[in-house]
Amino acid sequence: MIPKVMTNAQLEAAYDVISEGIDAAGAEKQTLFLAKLAFALANLVGDSGQVAEAVEASLRDL
Amino acid sequence: MHLPESEPRSSIYYRYDVHPFRRPPEMSGQASDAAAVVVGAGPIGLVSAINLARFGVRCIVLEQELQVSHGSRALALTRRSMEILQQAGVAAPFLAKGLQWNTGRTFFRGKEVYEMLLPHDPDDRFQPMLNLQQQYIEQYLVEAAQAHPLIDVRWGQKLVGLDQDAEHVTLRVDTPEGEYDLVTDWLVAADGGRSAVRQMMGLRMEGRAYAGGFVIMDIRADLDLPTERLCFFDPDWNPGANVLVHREPEGIWRLDYRVPEGETAEQALEPERAAARIDRILEMVGQKVPWELDWATVYSASTLTLANYVHGRVAFVGDAAHLLPIFGVRGANTGLQDCENLAWKLALVTQGRAPRSLLESYSTERVRAAREICEEAGKSTRFMTPPTQGYRIMRDAVLSFTLSEDFPKDLLHWRTSRPHAYSDSALNSFAAQDGQFAGGIRPGETISNMRLGSDDFLFDHLATGFQLLFFAGALPPRGAAAEMLKVAADMQPRVNRVVIADTPSDWTGLADFVVIDAGGRIARKYAAHDGAGYLVRPDLHVCARWQRFTEAELRHALGVACGTAMEGAI
Repeated sequence: MIPKVMTNAQLEAAYDVISEGIDAAGAEKQTLFLAKLAFALANLVGDSGQVAEAVEASLRDL
Repeated sequence: MHLPESEPRSSIYYRYDVHPFRRPPEMSGQASDAAAVVVGAGPIGLVSAINLARFGVRCIVLEQELQVSHGSRALALTRRSMEILQQAGVAAPFLAKGLQWNTGRTFFRGKEVYEMLLPHDPDDRFQPMLNLQQQYIEQYLVEAAQAHPLIDVRWGQKLVGLDQDAEHVTLRVDTPEGEYDLVTDWLVAADGGRSAVRQMMGLRMEGRAYAGGFVIMDIRADLDLPTERLCFFDPDWNPGANVLVHREPEGIWRLDYRVPEGETAEQALEPERAAARIDRILEMVGQKVPWELDWATVYSASTLTLANYVHGRVAFVGDAAHLLPIFGVRGANTGLQDCENLAWKLALVTQGRAPRSLLESYSTERVRAAREICEEAGKSTRFMTPPTQGYRIMRDAVLSFTLSEDFPKDLLHWRTSRPHAYSDSALNSFAAQDGQFAGGIRPGETISNMRLGSDDFLFDHLATGFQLLFFAGALPPRGAAAEMLKVAADMQPRVNRVVIADTPSDWTGLADFVVIDAGGRIARKYAAHDGAGYLVRPDLHVCARWQRFTEAELRHALGVACGTAMEGAI
């Protein structure tokens, strides 16, 4: 289970800013945008184990 | 000539009364003596009239139809709304008929992914939510309004023109027997989302409307389910959309679902199409029982508000003032807080006991509340009806996570309507002394109800008007406290003195109601020491509080709350 690190307000803000990012990228480039975003966030997290955990959690229930 | 529908609306369970048009005295040349006219006999117009009458204002309610509205519509009343109805003296039939509840369950791919428990304090008389169809809400309010000697409900009368000057508002009213002019001091526009008053005055709302409609319908079905809010995301028959299920009194169920993309409202309401979907929804809740349709319509979400609710002698309340999404039960519940806020102020102004500027605080306080709600409800709406592809993908991502992860689940909370705190109101005073309180109820917030016995609560005992909650604690009914309470009895407008004391003593002549708080529980909830006081507005919002105070300070706070004194000018 991924620990909850952010407050609800922070999660909501992240939800909005990523939603708007996807729209700004446009339909054709949204996958590229999301891959770049995930990679940048992985770098900011700075922990390979946590990145692997997030990848595993994100692959569930697609 | 206005000719309203005179046949009762159709329903499989509700009998619509058709109220007769009565020729008003103004059509025979008599002048009206009503200080206010309320346009619209929906829940907000009727509670506005009942509250104005409660404060002694004679008023007329104009309603263009001859019967209450069609369908369950508003349906869910919050605890705060029930408290407002209790203060208006009309809560009893709502409690007798309505279904109270506090739980919401959210399902995704057949699995319950989120349970929302709305908080319930043992000191609250009412549960967080009460479901009651709008027909009944209006019927009970009509009965109360028509029984009140100061209220004249006029059925089948349509506003067709309005004009105002510095002194009066002149309304042009059309009826089955022709038109007449009605002159009054104040107009309360409670004529709903398509407000004729708003249109006649050329006022525009700010904010946004969301694309995409929701079908809302009432069916009768024998479902064995508790009273809860059920929400289903992404059903296979309507990918990406969602379904809401609410229980209503009389064996009726409310179903709400998103109109599938590419479909018009008319197509969504085609009987065969709707019937197939009702079957799918009943399948989803696991009870494929026979059903009968009562009413259906299509609704779309908006977060829109006027920038100002008072224009000259016209005040806007409810959907006439703002259009808010149903997610989080924002419509009627916000409107009830509007009319609770407006009524006492308008009463003081019409009676010449407060300056007209007091009404500015109505607009300031309620526009701010509406904007806060637009912001919050916008978030729920963006989750329920994603406006763009980006929001849609993020919503799907969160739903997918909820099947295995907890961290994003609170994004499924629908941010229920709650009372707004008027923290920055110009009617609050003595902010500098607020640091003396370690907690309690802050200025601008609504006071807390308190359980006094098994079926006995503080709010049951509040009389109309301002309240002074005086925390006597161990103080005797003598000396400075007694002097202050004696003087408070003669203040204008009236202040009801509620004395909260540790032990029974003789407070005769000093208190309008005495509460024995043996364990000091109430004092702790209000963070009050012996001798503390809370001055509470007629709408139950705190406007000043002190751990120790004088008669002059109380008088000043009352003046600030009525717009007759300036904060800090004591």
